[in-house]
Amino acid sequence: METVKLTIDNKHIEVPKGTTILQAAKQAGINIPTLCYMNLPHLDQEHKPGSCRVCVVEIPGRRTLVPACATKCTEGMEVLSHSLRAINARRTVVELLLSDHPKDCLVCPSSGNCELQKLSITMGIREINSVENAAISTYRKDASPSLLRNMDKCVMCRSCETVCNEIQTVGALSAVNRGFMAVVAPAFEQDLTDSPCTFCGQCVAVCPTGALTAVDNTFHVIRALADPTKYVVVQTAPAVRAALGEEFGYQPGTLVTGKMVAALRALGFNKVFDTDFAADLTIMEEGTELLDRITRHLNGDKSVHLPILTSCCPAWVNFFETNYPDMLDVPSTARSPQQMFGSIAKTHMANKLGVKRENMVVVSVMPCLAKKYECQREEFKVDGNPDVDYAITTRELAHLIKIGNIDFKSLKDEDYDRPMGESTGASVIFGVTGGVIEAAIRTAYEVFTGKKLEKVEFHELRGMEGIRTATINFDGTDIHIGIAHTLGNARKLLDGIRKGMYNFHAIEIMACPGGCIGGGGQPLHRGTDIVLKARMEAIYKEDFNKPIRKSHENPEIIKLYEEFLGKPLSEKSHKLLHTHYFSHPKQ
Amino acid sequence: MMKFEINDCHKKTIKEICESFGNKRSELINILHRTQEHFGYLPESVQLEIALNLNMPLAKIYGVVSFYSFFTMTPKGKYPISVCLGTACYVRGAEKIVEALEKELKIKVGQVTEDGKFSLDCLRCIGACGLAPVMMIGEKVHGRLEPEMIADILKEYE
Repeated sequence: METVKLTIDNKHIEVPKGTTILQAAKQAGINIPTLCYMNLPHLDQEHKPGSCRVCVVEIPGRRTLVPACATKCTEGMEVLSHSLRAINARRTVVELLLSDHPKDCLVCPSSGNCELQKLSITMGIREINSVENAAISTYRKDASPSLLRNMDKCVMCRSCETVCNEIQTVGALSAVNRGFMAVVAPAFEQDLTDSPCTFCGQCVAVCPTGALTAVDNTFHVIRALADPTKYVVVQTAPAVRAALGEEFGYQPGTLVTGKMVAALRALGFNKVFDTDFAADLTIMEEGTELLDRITRHLNGDKSVHLPILTSCCPAWVNFFETNYPDMLDVPSTARSPQQMFGSIAKTHMANKLGVKRENMVVVSVMPCLAKKYECQREEFKVDGNPDVDYAITTRELAHLIKIGNIDFKSLKDEDYDRPMGESTGASVIFGVTGGVIEAAIRTAYEVFTGKKLEKVEFHELRGMEGIRTATINFDGTDIHIGIAHTLGNARKLLDGIRKGMYNFHAIEIMACPGGCIGGGGQPLHRGTDIVLKARMEAIYKEDFNKPIRKSHENPEIIKLYEEFLGKPLSEKSHKLLHTHYFSHPKQ
Repeated sequence: MMKFEINDCHKKTIKEICESFGNKRSELINILHRTQEHFGYLPESVQLEIALNLNMPLAKIYGVVSFYSFFTMTPKGKYPISVCLGTACYVRGAEKIVEALEKELKIKVGQVTEDGKFSLDCLRCIGACGLAPVMMIGEKVHGRLEPEMIADILKEYE
């Protein structure tokens, strides 16, 4: 490999040809600050528009300073990252950014998580030399059920635009207008709700400031908990337990399931249940649907649509309703675990507990922003009363625990309430890419072949590659599986299916990188794949440690079918656990 | 303002324009130029049609249209008026000319009269500084303007 030698701040280093000054400096232990730069190595995406000029460095002899993120190292180059000239220029850049930025850091939703705030602290900026009382550019606020757009705080790094267009291929956001009027917006500056936005929330996950943030339901939950007439039930999604700890200083990948349950109980929830229970239920319904379609297909029924697509991910549901309205009969009709939980909680569970539907409040803790939208969909309401009242994110739960004056680290582990807190290892892995289909295979194999699985782990379905394929032998019958995470990869698979390129029986799709562990509601990690991998390992560890690892062996699920539902795909199941999709072509 | 109703004939024209540039996203600006030349402006439905032909996000197309001041989403009048706001015209009172036009036509800069006859825009220097302040109506240049002259000049375009 060809290399070049250079010095950065008088440190001699040798790097492969083509390395940027920013990358070389990092290797040498020099942290040049950045703002508009975003590196997502696991998605093969390096966003370096070079527009903010925060990373400028001096190269003696050159007339101008250069942006470290977009300048390649050359042989014999001498770089000064903290010369007086570089520091002054960097300070000026940040001051100019602040001169057209609201100064409401104390009450900003991104306070403490803001890259611009961090820069201001690093630079030691104590005053902003703007014209006194000069107006800053303002733009109307845009509120959707899941995310908020406050363009007054946008620094035009355009990371959101890259994520929305290049990684997710949703195409809802673009930089529009120019100069002080420039903002990131949907076409014709319409609201996000009217745009093709899927509410995946990946733009929120990469926004360095408070320009794109999540809708905050924390206080709705606090009010419900304080209302003596309400019976408040909570469910926690699989991916939350593998990331919540990060908000309390734990290393990424630390499982905090027991502490999380203890914290929720301390907050005053009447029942602490688990979305994992509903994930097992999803496998029963979706797995049966899968087997039904495969069996009919093998028997030569031409009306059967294969592959069957998973339908747990609400951003993915929004994506195909918007982009593939001609393929609405392909995905499974099974509702997502969040919605299955709400549906059972407010019918069977409420009856058992003797609580009236209107007095029960179901809160879900999700790694996801699209779940906020999903629980507001009309088809998941009964006479206007939603099956799930409020979806809060992992970050909101951390906040709630802090508001509740709970010392998280000192909590003793507690276990979920029964029956809707009983779950299997199969349901835990719903939180990672490949997990839903692995869980489905564990059950489908045993039902289809009538034989016991020797080994429940399917390593061929695991990993971080964007598109993965595997063939599972069902005792002589080959079942072809496709897996995609990120909507861009989903689009590739879907386009292939439309053209008849594949012969998959089943496909799992999750909208976020790595699956739900990389959701837009998780603790912010700014694209570090190390964090995602650690969370993924934690999820598989939780599965490994579970005594029961197949959904159909969950004793409470077996009981639920005996007592209430009858059997999978029964009339009652169809009414409570399945849904239908709508054509929403949007541009 | 009437909403532009796109018909099959319009769609065919847009398709042909896109095809003449190989349906390439990198040719978007040229495609927008040609389309604006044809329709006079770039209404929403026309941008949508371009998005479908090039298979690219509508937001990106609007991003380009809203960035370049040459592109417009409001139709031009039969007689488009452009007032020069370049340095020479500006110091010789171009702003007063704009005011007089706005008052006479009862529209603001960037708008078109209800009957679709006149549209009003500003631009920078048309290279006739000796005649400052100047405006163009269609292709014709009117120079050495005084606000009082505006009403009479507009009458020439009845």
